[in-house]
Amino acid sequence: MAIGWYLVVSAIVFCVGAGGVLVRRNPLVVLLCLELMLNGANLTLVAFARMWGNQSGQIFALIVMVVAACEVTVGLGLVVAIYRRRLPIDVDELNELQG
Amino acid sequence: MVFTAILFFIAAIGAISGAIGVVMLRNPFYSVLALAFHLVSLAALFLLLRAEFVAAAQVIVYAGAVMVLYVFVVAYIGGGEQLTSGGVLRVLGPLFALALAIELCIAMLGAGLAGVNSKGAPFIPGFGTPAHIGALFLTTYLYPFEIASILLLAAAVGAVVLARRRRGLEPDEEIELRVKAPRPAYTGTMAEAAGIRPAGGDELLTPEVEPVGSSGAERTGSGHEGGW
Repeated sequence: MAIGWYLVVSAIVFCVGAGGVLVRRNPLVVLLCLELMLNGANLTLVAFARMWGNQSGQIFALIVMVVAACEVTVGLGLVVAIYRRRLPIDVDELNELQG
Repeated sequence: MVFTAILFFIAAIGAISGAIGVVMLRNPFYSVLALAFHLVSLAALFLLLRAEFVAAAQVIVYAGAVMVLYVFVVAYIGGGEQLTSGGVLRVLGPLFALALAIELCIAMLGAGLAGVNSKGAPFIPGFGTPAHIGALFLTTYLYPFEIASILLLAAAVGAVVLARRRRGLEPDEEIELRVKAPRPAYTGTMAEAAGIRPAGGDELLTPEVEPVGSSGAERTGSGHEGGW
């Protein structure tokens, strides 16, 4: 398969994730959609690594996975903290940073 | 070649449908399952791109560890009512996503890169294997590797700090519960020994035995032999 096909798939996955971030209100699902966007970018990186025959793109994809794991950990910690404080789990209502 | 194409289309359809499932499904638990499916399909795409190590890490780290974390948090929090965003964003969000997809496809396919229409560079033996990736990580990319480990440590500490139970920010139910729990009188608690009954015990205190330490002289006078 030509590399272009992979790029199209990654573009679609990225845009589905971006649409989900805009549409969904549950912070858990927003985090899931962020994962989708990161995975779309990962697929692009790996596809370009294949295109150039250079493994640096795969290294970049692995680092992106590390960053995504960190983001998920902190994000889920925030969601649990929100739940503990009996706040609504809804990104439309969580619009203040004050404690 | 036909076999590769069939595998590609199966994996691509799986990845896209999993992604759509994450966004469309109402129950967050099903969204997490759809994301796991999407990740496994994406790992198949990585394998087709000869990125063995990335595919293995994707399945183990993402579809394994991160999904377990998600499932735990979804089970802890519960589904709740799942509504999509009201009003403007509900219409504009999908439109924006569609416009972005079209624009990205035009930008990438119309970029004029000769490699986009090719099948990629000629295959090097060992491309994408753990040996090559590990050699790169420990030579050329040593600095990002170390920064990634520090980042993971910081994230782990941050998650513990964020998700722990705080005193003072929330009503401390546990302590109130412990103080107000009804207990039968004179069951030998430390509070009784100090002459304090815990609050909330509604039953009247009619002691058959004087609480220790309330009046020491009286206790010794009442013929309380063999005491402590």
